Amino acid sequence: MGALQKLLRFLKPYWLWATLAPLLMVGEVTLDLMLPRLMRRIIDQGIAHSDLPVVYHTAFWMVGIFSLALLCGVACTFFAVRAAYSMGGDLRGALFRKVQSLSFANLDKLETGSLITRLTSDVNQVQEMVMMLLRGMVRMPLLLIGSLVMAILTSPKLGVLFIIILPALVASLVFIVRRSFPLYRQVQRGLDGVNTILQENLAGIRTVRAFARAKYEVGRFARSNNALIQHTTAAVRMSARTTPLMTLILNAGIVLALWIGGQQVYLGGMKVGELVAFISYLMQALHSLMMFSNLIIQVSRAQASARRVGELLESKPALKPPAEGARVLQPTGRVVFENVSFSYSATGKEPVLKNINFVAEPGETVALLGATGSGKSSLVQLIPRFYDAANGRVTIDGIDVREIPEEELRRQVGVALQESILFSATIRDNIAMGEPNASVERIIEAAQQAQADGFIKHFPEGYDTVVGQRGVNLSGGQKQRIAIARALLPKPSVLILDDSTSAVDVQTEAGIQDALGRQPFAQTRIIVAQRVSTVLNADKILVLDNGRIVGCGPHNELLDTCSVYREIYESQTERGVVVYHGE
Amino acid sequence: MANSFPRQPTTAHMPHLIGRIGGHQEPGERPKKSRETMLRIWTYMRRQRTALLITALMVAVTVGLDLVGPLLLGRAIDAHIIPKDLPGLLHILLLMAAVYLCSAILNLLQNYVMAGAAQRTIRDIRADLFIKLQRLPLGFFDRRIHGELMARLTSDVESINQVLSSCVAQIVSGCLSTVGVAIAMFIIDPRLAAFSVLTVSFLTLAINRWRSAKAHARFRVQQAALGRLYGNIEETMGGQKVIKAYGQEKAATERFDTVNNAFRSGSIRAQFFSGITGPLMNTTNNIALTIVASIGGIMAIRGLTTVGTIATFINYTRQFGRPLNEIANLYNTLQSALAGAERVFDIIDEMPEVDASSNRPLSRIKGDVVFDGVTFAYRRDLPVLKNVNLHAWPGQTIALIGPTGAGKTTIVNLLTRFYEIDGGRVLVDGRDIRDITKDNLRAQLGIVLQDTYLFSGTVRENIRYGRLDATEAEIAEAARLANADTFIHRLPQGYDTVLTERAGNLSHGQRQMLSIARAILADPAILILDEATSSVDTRTEKHIQEAMRRLMEGRTSFVIAHRLSTIREADQILVINNGEIQERGTHAELLDQRGFYWRLSSRQQRSPSQQSADISANGSASLLAS
Repeated sequence: MGALQKLLRFLKPYWLWATLAPLLMVGEVTLDLMLPRLMRRIIDQGIAHSDLPVVYHTAFWMVGIFSLALLCGVACTFFAVRAAYSMGGDLRGALFRKVQSLSFANLDKLETGSLITRLTSDVNQVQEMVMMLLRGMVRMPLLLIGSLVMAILTSPKLGVLFIIILPALVASLVFIVRRSFPLYRQVQRGLDGVNTILQENLAGIRTVRAFARAKYEVGRFARSNNALIQHTTAAVRMSARTTPLMTLILNAGIVLALWIGGQQVYLGGMKVGELVAFISYLMQALHSLMMFSNLIIQVSRAQASARRVGELLESKPALKPPAEGARVLQPTGRVVFENVSFSYSATGKEPVLKNINFVAEPGETVALLGATGSGKSSLVQLIPRFYDAANGRVTIDGIDVREIPEEELRRQVGVALQESILFSATIRDNIAMGEPNASVERIIEAAQQAQADGFIKHFPEGYDTVVGQRGVNLSGGQKQRIAIARALLPKPSVLILDDSTSAVDVQTEAGIQDALGRQPFAQTRIIVAQRVSTVLNADKILVLDNGRIVGCGPHNELLDTCSVYREIYESQTERGVVVYHGE
Repeated sequence: MANSFPRQPTTAHMPHLIGRIGGHQEPGERPKKSRETMLRIWTYMRRQRTALLITALMVAVTVGLDLVGPLLLGRAIDAHIIPKDLPGLLHILLLMAAVYLCSAILNLLQNYVMAGAAQRTIRDIRADLFIKLQRLPLGFFDRRIHGELMARLTSDVESINQVLSSCVAQIVSGCLSTVGVAIAMFIIDPRLAAFSVLTVSFLTLAINRWRSAKAHARFRVQQAALGRLYGNIEETMGGQKVIKAYGQEKAATERFDTVNNAFRSGSIRAQFFSGITGPLMNTTNNIALTIVASIGGIMAIRGLTTVGTIATFINYTRQFGRPLNEIANLYNTLQSALAGAERVFDIIDEMPEVDASSNRPLSRIKGDVVFDGVTFAYRRDLPVLKNVNLHAWPGQTIALIGPTGAGKTTIVNLLTRFYEIDGGRVLVDGRDIRDITKDNLRAQLGIVLQDTYLFSGTVRENIRYGRLDATEAEIAEAARLANADTFIHRLPQGYDTVLTERAGNLSHGQRQMLSIARAILADPAILILDEATSSVDTRTEKHIQEAMRRLMEGRTSFVIAHRLSTIREADQILVINNGEIQERGTHAELLDQRGFYWRLSSRQQRSPSQQSADISANGSASLLAS
């Protein structure tokens, strides 16, 4: 119950509804429990004494009671739905805000898929569970206890039957749940197996086709499909024992009640109506026990969701906001790294960046080159403070980035990330993301600089073309160019291109660089690249190897002084590696 | 703010998410052709005829026994307890116990048999679906989002599963027992039966009709709001880093709040109507009890009925009302399962790829490839290839170069018959590839794609994918030739190392070397290579290059080329632009032509950097090395 209890604080604003609902449920159950007693009155006093007024009178009472019960039930639903869904909405809102406050480091840990699940199906589970708590979890135990009490009140002599029936029921329930639990785990595993093969055959369909392996895959699928249905059948068969077994126990109770009751009536210790009412309560008690066991299974399933939701709510943003907002006024874009070290996880592991020192002067283009995993992307991500340096500091115009308000910092630093993520909106809206009120002229200007205007104009709807999985399928290079235009639009004083032209051909890339050079204001540009061709024109090239700067200078200087650079350069030209990049 | 950014995707993108909320309560989706779909499901169930027949018989007997139970209860009271006949009571109670025991056993058995039958049916549907996937043209996968397809394959099949495993038996027994109970009640006491049966059935029908009429529109509103909400969440979470990078957290939160609040108010209105099912059901039951008790009481006083009959009727009334309500409740589950089944059958009914009619097998080929006036378009309005002609002689290396989207990959896609050409023909060893079965054709082709796909399984299994009957030695040899054996030996379990999903435990370069080993093992006559290696470091790059060169030896190779060495050594360079072969020839010939290729290679000279001038001066023709 722990995880759920913590989330229940979200019910606070709706405490009135959340208290009214269970109270009304108590009312409904109490009223329901009165009906069999009234039935007994009809039989024992009305029929036995041939007293018609008693029958009329009691029937009138019954009508009144079930009407009132209906009223209570409907009102309970009304309040429970209100409380649960309002709370669910608040919970979802709280999660969303939490995600917005998280840093990149947090987001790396929580994968996108798991974030989505938490905000959607997990919140739903919690919401449903709250509904159950407010209604079913009140109703079923109450009904169970109520009918037991009423049954014993109705006939204490027959009440002893419960001493036999209840343990039998509980024991059989526990037995089945225990046995079927591991079976369902196997079903889950089987399902995973089938899903993996499906997923692989969707994602790798070209490979399957290329090797003409359809038959092989069908065979592979058939095996896991068979395994899955075997597990499922076993699990279903096990849990399908519940109902017949419980019904049997219930019916055994009725037979016993009739036998004992029959003897009592014979001895004159009991009236027939009492027996009928008792059986009625017995059935109700056992019926609610069955429903109750179902509820418990559902609640325990929702516990896992509550735990995941709670986990996200409790995660703390890894970045601390600046103490006092030192503002960058009229920035020139001088970026300085002073003794910077950085590591993704605080514990143990070797740092990704070690003792980085360099200065990017206003208006300079600084290129970063190095093998995969040498730390290029990590380095540039420290400038817009996606992550915080472990040691040393990063400054813009002399101010530590940790002292610049986040909003201000992000406005000054434009980033085109490695993976160009676009949103399902028009191309225009995508480019204008950082500055939603930008004029059409400025949007087109940014697109022209990013060499995107040409292909955008080619689309029938031009800038109003909706980007989306179903709309125009943009190629990787086209997406990258739109992402670059997006970064260019606000005219940031520091521009970071993190390997963001990898899918753009060399000619287009050169066009982008030319356009950037022609911008009428000073912009410090930091470019991460794989290709030597991308960095040739940079004012300064930083060569990274294993988290350290091993060379720094313009191209011709590095050729002489830096062996790593020479190796990369030669491998890409003389020895004939990357020469031409298409898609 | 003029821009409504980001626009929300439609509900259709995420049926897998939408299906989840509120369990089976909402009638959000409606099947369009229920009758056909049910018949289709029946064609699968028919295979389990024997099991179904046995289940049906057992259900009928169980229902009968369940009717006898309350009857005996009434008789026990009327004939034995009230007249104080203990021996008779014992007798009838033993009979009752036997009836209940039989009923329980039959119930158990019918669940047992039905579970097997339902699962086998599901297995058959799932298998058919998978087989169909293997036969669908690639265009089918291109047009769809994998997540959505996965949802169809998993949750839609699962919803059919649920209906088959629980609902079918429940509906059958529910209908039978309702009818049975009604008949039994009319036989025992027609007048009392008329009162209770008519009231309960009228109330149940009326309530459900009223409720679903009220609820339908509200659920539609809720579903639409849900689609927008989930679309917003999916997109925002996916682009969270971009939102942060552009400082758009506030705007994103505002957009979220709008859809979240819309969903909240929509669902409160809709869920209320599904929530009141419980109290309404309960009340129907209570009304019936009241009628039986009061009217029965009056009749008993007038001598028209007995106390035992009333007890029987109280029992029967419960049995009569419950299935009706359960079926009404199941209606929504059924509807969404039918909608799911419809989507599943839609895939099964998709047009499969056309394959060669003649099965004349292609024996070992030489590798002579001809494109003769080939035209092609992925979408009718956007031609990709226009009248492409080429001839690759056996053993030649053909380098395909050109800007992004020029049509290089398309040429490869047509040769492999991943897509069918619209005009012209493609010949392999003089035979039109449309006359060769796809499997047969592809067995002669080796393809190393840019996006290397490895399957979950061991390293060995992944290499063996190239040729299923390869021996250990052959696999090791292929790995060696692909420069992969060094890193494989360094893996914790060597060749038995299990690759995780999407081979996350291997680097990009290592994955590529494995796929080369796979192609070497397949030993194809024609090879298709995509050289792009955007995220591989220099040393790995060299290893890959070496491996590719070994692979190309003695085979006709089509290379989507990125490397100077490949391009220079190619027998033919095809410069493709705008879907046409603009230039063709060897490296030297093309430089002489002073066309596109020459411009690409000499652009460097116009750039301000003097280093590039050095490169072209030293004769390595800084081709494209801008």
